[in-house]
Amino acid sequence: MPNYAYIALIPLLPLAAFVVLGLFGRKYFRGWSGVIGTLAVLISTGLSLWAAYRYFFVDGIVGEGHRQIVALKYVWLSFSPGLSIDMSIILDPISVMMIVVVSFVSLMVHIFSLGYMKGEVRFGTYYAFLGLFTFSMLGLVLSGNIFEIYIFWELVGCSSFLLIGYYFDRPTAVAAAKKAFIVTRFADLGFLIGILILSFHAESLDFRTLIQRLNAPSSQLAGITTASFMGISLLSWGLVLVFIGGAGKSALFPLHIWLPDAMEGPTPVSALIHAATMVVAGVYLVARLYPVYMFSGGTVLQVVLYVGAFSALLAAIIACTQTDIKRVLAYSTMSQIGYMMLALGTFHPAGEAATMGYTASLFHLFTHAFFKALLFLCAGVVIHKVHSNEMRDMGGLRKLLPLTHGCFLIACLAIAGIPPFSGFFSKEDILLSAWHANKFVYGVGLFTSGLTAFYMFRLYFSVFWRRPVRGAGDGHDGPGHHHGEAPFTMKLPLVILALGALLAGFVPFSRLVTYDGLPQETHGIGVFAIAPVALALIGIFIARYLYFKESDRPDRVAAAWGGLYKWAYHKFYIDEVYTFITKKIIFNLIGRPAAWIDRNIVDGLMNFLATVTAGISGAIKGLQSGKVQDYALYFFAGIAGLTVLFIYLYT
Amino acid sequence: MNLSLLVIAPLITAAAVVFCRGLNGIRWVSLAGATVQLLLSFGLLALYWKERAAGNSGAFLFEYRHAWFPSWNIWYHVGVDGISVSMILLTALVMEAAILVSWAIKPMSREFFILLHFLSAGAYGFFLSLDLFTLFFFLEVSVIPKFLLIGVWGSGRKVAVDAFSEKVTHSTATANDGPSAGPTVTAPYSAMKLALMLMGGSALVFVGLMGLYYNTDGVHSFDLMSIAQMHLPVEAQRKFFPFLFVGFGIFTALFPFHTWVPDGHSSAPTAASMFLAGISMKLGGYGCLRVAVYLMPDAAREYSPVIILLATIAIVYGLLLR
Amino acid sequence: MSQIPLSHILVVSTALFFIGMYGLFTRRNMITMLMSVELILNSVNINFVAFNKYLYPDKLEGVFFTLFIIAIAAAEAAVAIAIIINLYRNFHSIDVEDAGEMKF
Repeated sequence: MPNYAYIALIPLLPLAAFVVLGLFGRKYFRGWSGVIGTLAVLISTGLSLWAAYRYFFVDGIVGEGHRQIVALKYVWLSFSPGLSIDMSIILDPISVMMIVVVSFVSLMVHIFSLGYMKGEVRFGTYYAFLGLFTFSMLGLVLSGNIFEIYIFWELVGCSSFLLIGYYFDRPTAVAAAKKAFIVTRFADLGFLIGILILSFHAESLDFRTLIQRLNAPSSQLAGITTASFMGISLLSWGLVLVFIGGAGKSALFPLHIWLPDAMEGPTPVSALIHAATMVVAGVYLVARLYPVYMFSGGTVLQVVLYVGAFSALLAAIIACTQTDIKRVLAYSTMSQIGYMMLALGTFHPAGEAATMGYTASLFHLFTHAFFKALLFLCAGVVIHKVHSNEMRDMGGLRKLLPLTHGCFLIACLAIAGIPPFSGFFSKEDILLSAWHANKFVYGVGLFTSGLTAFYMFRLYFSVFWRRPVRGAGDGHDGPGHHHGEAPFTMKLPLVILALGALLAGFVPFSRLVTYDGLPQETHGIGVFAIAPVALALIGIFIARYLYFKESDRPDRVAAAWGGLYKWAYHKFYIDEVYTFITKKIIFNLIGRPAAWIDRNIVDGLMNFLATVTAGISGAIKGLQSGKVQDYALYFFAGIAGLTVLFIYLYT
Repeated sequence: MNLSLLVIAPLITAAAVVFCRGLNGIRWVSLAGATVQLLLSFGLLALYWKERAAGNSGAFLFEYRHAWFPSWNIWYHVGVDGISVSMILLTALVMEAAILVSWAIKPMSREFFILLHFLSAGAYGFFLSLDLFTLFFFLEVSVIPKFLLIGVWGSGRKVAVDAFSEKVTHSTATANDGPSAGPTVTAPYSAMKLALMLMGGSALVFVGLMGLYYNTDGVHSFDLMSIAQMHLPVEAQRKFFPFLFVGFGIFTALFPFHTWVPDGHSSAPTAASMFLAGISMKLGGYGCLRVAVYLMPDAAREYSPVIILLATIAIVYGLLLR
Repeated sequence: MSQIPLSHILVVSTALFFIGMYGLFTRRNMITMLMSVELILNSVNINFVAFNKYLYPDKLEGVFFTLFIIAIAAAEAAVAIAIIINLYRNFHSIDVEDAGEMKF
């Protein structure tokens, strides 16, 4: 059995970076914190790539496909011999793919931040938080025990809170961090209850045993399917609740409200967390439990399908109207995650296309990581240059930022699904899988891909074209400002990610990462690809027509759409609904009365006791009047009483 | 391993602090004392693991008995098992952190640190004791320092910030807060409330302990193990379980006796707040487990619906308050 | 002389006792309180002598006790006067209501 102990180093190195930088980074290391953090993640990335090579091409191969290997297992809390919370590391196609993705994107963000966050006072703290996040995410994808994944799930949420609220002197950032944490925590309630239901009936917390017991006919499966609550079997409840947890982390409707606000964090953080890693945790979770989802008859997967499709469409519509560059990218992320969930939901009970959706979803996850991280980092460069997030402050930047321009264009082409960029391959796989499963959802997906192309190129043209070209010495570049486009540390990740966005499509994904480990046949895409690509091209041309030059065409179109435009611009007022429910209903109708009861009734009872005691004391303190004669009177009264007592009661 | 070392170490540190000169001397001596306790507790953990690995499966290890009031059959009896070891480790860690956090406490730093040491001595003794009277003694020992710490070094409760309103007001509570604000919450108020409610809890615990004592067969005894093996008559259990449970429950903020907690915690200085939340409230939980449930299992089973109800209310209620 | 019934003398002594008690409880002047205390003591004296003469004529214990009481009354009066003088020095008044400082 080959030695897999080095896998444990992959998450532990960023953790060590967190500890060291957290304690000493600010005072002792200062500028060197970035190098230390980057070094730790560099080694992790190297180890991940090595592990991927060994797993996919050497050790993991069993017959034609890949098997699941339990690399490490440490029994932590044992409730009974069969039921224990272990800290275990599991290697199978999806986890190995994820550690490569996570560590690679984290590395890119670390390098980018060397330039972007230079000069920050809390530079060391920033890298410490990045290290903590990387540790949590790597731990999450390597978890082999459902409770362990929950632990790391919460850790990811906590690190995301720290990073979003990094600029804690800005009230908007603080509010955004709180919102993200609260919304995801709320979803995690569903996750926890789902864990409890599933593990109680399967009598195990280990993923392998759990899936095995809930998949094949067994006494545990019989137990969980016969028990039902409100007409739905417990198995479905458990799976739906786990999906709710995943939906919260992955920002699907209606738990998506935190994602746009989370853009208050520094841009590299958005690239890491809200593009490539944390938001895909929900997709990963459903993929991890996919055998159970499939076996439960597909009803839960229908929910997944529709939620994913709806989120994709909703986000795309909203993104068409937003003016903040990072918000557009945030909604774009939500839309793409919707695609991934949609793909997972396309399960057909029979036939060779049975689990095409699984592979398609994860393939899209893989490619999306590259081009979305690239988009965010390019946005970072643009924001760094223009000192504003709003699109109206940008325009005509293509000569000023040539490299960024090129990379941004590559990423936009990838996300629009234009061959031969990576997005094309993964999106085609998703649409193909949807076509086989549900024609309506296919239609929605097709329309959304057209919208995707439209709003991404709207963004592209608005930022880099639209206005006359800006030269290097134009306007706001003060003396001593950045020389050139960006420092090397900011340009290097862009180039690497652009290469990834170009080439990732050619990775033979269906041979490596599939549901049962066996390679799947990919049909040549061929004729099927015409419709999506055509729609994408139409979207691009419409965007060019509207945004290539400054004009009033966009405003006329917006006016023509009227109410829908207004609703989309205000994100369909979902935030307002939530605020209404929490403030007016929960706080005012439940919270305030509860507080009133606590303060005045429960506490009042205690204070009342004290007041009564004080009152009695006040009433009887007059007895001690200080007058000798009164005392003498009480004395004699007592004697008289005792005399009566003894004469009448004791004779 | 002599467990009484854990109780004596804080007392010796307190005595040493009395004789220290300047602020630095006081702080460093306290820190040294806390570190010694931390090392002792780690050592205890290691020794405990070694004993258990060697196969010693007695209920309690490292026992030590000494007759205290022989006429009442009260012994000073200490010993540890797994739960105690973890709680002692917790106390040592929190103490270390508490001393580091109160590095710059003023005024009267000497008294502050002395009180902290007494508090920890009480906590250690509570977790170590195997005789009910000793347990109660250490419980009481830990209440008085809390009262003084909060009363003297505390700060009045800052008026809660309405997290969703535009205005952010930070101010200590004044009498003009409006009718729903209740009495003005100052540090002496919180300290007095805490002390009175905890002493009320101790009184209930005392009644329960007396009930246990007088219902033991033969020579009355306070010893934990012998009472556990004795299986008290169910009637007696039913009568005295509420006393013990509610008494310890007040320490652990059982609804509806939780009202000392918001005022106590917010008015307390940081170290006392840490200690309160981390250790003192666990005294109650440990007491419920070790005394109420362990010694009266039948009554515990009967009362479990009530316990579950109260606990659920406590969980949900706290989060609804605005 | 025709025997006066014992009860008459006891009534006198009781009346004196209660008059003395009333005076002790109500008078404000400390000297007058002292006089009431003397009344109480003297009523007890009458009681003792009466019981001695009527019930145990051949014994003298009652009279002895009366002598004791007289002596002690004298001593107690001296001590009381000393206390009153001290009180006067502190409160500049022999009104007992003015010496009521040890109250709530």
